[in-house]
Amino acid sequence: MSDTVIEAAGLTKRYGEATAVNDISFAINRGEIFGLLGPNGAGKTTTILMMLGLTEVTAGTVRVMGYDPGREPLQVKRLVGYLPDTVGFYDHMTATDNLRYTAGLIGIPVAERAKRIMSSLDRVGLADVANMKVGTFSRGMRQRLGLAEILMKEAAIAILDEPTSGLDPHATSELLDMIRALKRDGVAVLLSSHLLERVQSICDRVALFHSGRIALLGTVPELARQVLGGGYTVEVEADGQGLAERLAALPGVRSVEQPSPGHFRLLAEGDMRPQAAAAVVGAGGQLRHLAVEVPSLDAIYNRYFQNQDAQHAA
Amino acid sequence: MRREGSPWRGLSAVLFRELFDNLTSARMLVLQLLVILFGGVVVYFAAEQIRNTTAEDPFLFLRLFAPPGQSLLSFVTVLSILIPLIAIGLGFDSVNGEYNRRTMSRILSQPIYRDALLLGKFLAGLATITICLITLWLMVIGFGLVRLGIPPSAEELTRCVIFLLVSIAYAGVWLSLAMLFSILFRSTATAALTSLGVWLFLALLWPALAQLIGEVISPSDIRFAQLGLPTPDTVAWQQGLARLSPGTLYGEAVLAMLSPEAQSLTNLLAQFQGRIMGAPLPVGQSILSAWPQMVSLIAGTILLYVAGYVVFQRQEVRA
Repeated sequence: MSDTVIEAAGLTKRYGEATAVNDISFAINRGEIFGLLGPNGAGKTTTILMMLGLTEVTAGTVRVMGYDPGREPLQVKRLVGYLPDTVGFYDHMTATDNLRYTAGLIGIPVAERAKRIMSSLDRVGLADVANMKVGTFSRGMRQRLGLAEILMKEAAIAILDEPTSGLDPHATSELLDMIRALKRDGVAVLLSSHLLERVQSICDRVALFHSGRIALLGTVPELARQVLGGGYTVEVEADGQGLAERLAALPGVRSVEQPSPGHFRLLAEGDMRPQAAAAVVGAGGQLRHLAVEVPSLDAIYNRYFQNQDAQHAA
Repeated sequence: MRREGSPWRGLSAVLFRELFDNLTSARMLVLQLLVILFGGVVVYFAAEQIRNTTAEDPFLFLRLFAPPGQSLLSFVTVLSILIPLIAIGLGFDSVNGEYNRRTMSRILSQPIYRDALLLGKFLAGLATITICLITLWLMVIGFGLVRLGIPPSAEELTRCVIFLLVSIAYAGVWLSLAMLFSILFRSTATAALTSLGVWLFLALLWPALAQLIGEVISPSDIRFAQLGLPTPDTVAWQQGLARLSPGTLYGEAVLAMLSPEAQSLTNLLAQFQGRIMGAPLPVGQSILSAWPQMVSLIAGTILLYVAGYVVFQRQEVRA
């Protein structure tokens, strides 16, 4: 079996006149976390629904582990676990009962059900509330229960739609840890989000959506190099003679700004802190402060579309 | 394009969950109380009336359900109002409720077809109503045994069982109507109001409107009027239109089953067959005369269900 689990080619979805998803192509590999990122209404959820066979494809193809979601939806839905945007459960039923119902729909053998339900609840930290009604659950707990459902399903692919939206920072980091754990199990994770900053840390590769198209696709550092021409900002505060020239001469440094005397801002292709420190010390300067700013997806996104708009205006 | 796998996959899981849900819900408790309250009071009065007056009636047991000369407070009338109420009460939020709770996309991302979900919900609703009706039916029969002290004859029992089946078919029509609206409207309140509106219209206004429209389409002939007879064409139109309402169909079918001597349905046919006016029909003939009504009720159920099915299959999953 190949390493590609999901492959989309020229995928397009139109609602009447409006085009929700316009000719997108991408491939997702086994055991990677792939981020579909972009603002609300950019076509992320529509893309996900097409991959699950829950909405019809207008043009193009999509294959999930070699199956066509339009023709073989049951096969696809057996392999894929889906956590929808703001997932809902039956509030008057307990967490266990909710999962038991899903287990029945999936067709997990009766003898295995109880064990698989308990172990998946345990993994997401809901074991002690297993027999509480879901109506009493917080939003973060519901999202975790959704993840438990995917774990119980033993899915090869997990599709998570806006998993962190509406969660407080603590719940978010807990959830992201659980998603990383999924990856360690060899599950391919596809997650969508409009909060670029929050998910950038866990995504191996990202696709940036903009009005129905994939504008950019690749790892975050790749995109940073491509769009920002570097992306890493190294802040240096030091006293000394001719430091600006020394720093600018370092290989990998694109430019040096000097916002105030003794303060340098380097635009670099990587984390240049050791080289910068060496340069300052080598020039006999006194290093007072050194910091690096990893390129942010927000910055990449904004810069890219500023450039696009500028080109359109020209 | 042929789809792989069985459309019935997951049906039993959906069916049992929905059934369990229906039977344990507070809504069901309220409906059951309504049924027992109304049914109990009405049957009690019917039994008292029978004890006081009729002694030589061959169909004493049937009079429990449909006391002669009492149309307003008969058990049948109460049922013909309560059944739609229960069915709408169970069906109005069956599909849009899933969207509103945001469970729909999660359920549909499991390896089942939408067929299983919709059919499971429908069958669970129908099973719930059936359980309700059978309970009530057994209570009435038991009450009759105790109060009247005579067992029903085999013929009476047969008629009662068919009456029960017709009631279930009648419930099916309203259940699939309520489910259709729950598919069409995303708001449960809108779906409930529309279902109730359709029911009130068909139950209260339509019989009168059918008379009026029938008269307009085919005006009364002066020659018949002078003889003091209704014009056959007009009556045919009026009857045909009135039968668009499931309530009319149910009423006619029940009348045929529970009042063996009733003649309103097939007067002419009966006379051709050499029937003596006023003599009770045998069971087989009663079934035969109410057969079109029964089939129409079942057909109506299927038609409304299919309409809902088609809309549901094409519906977008995202809220």
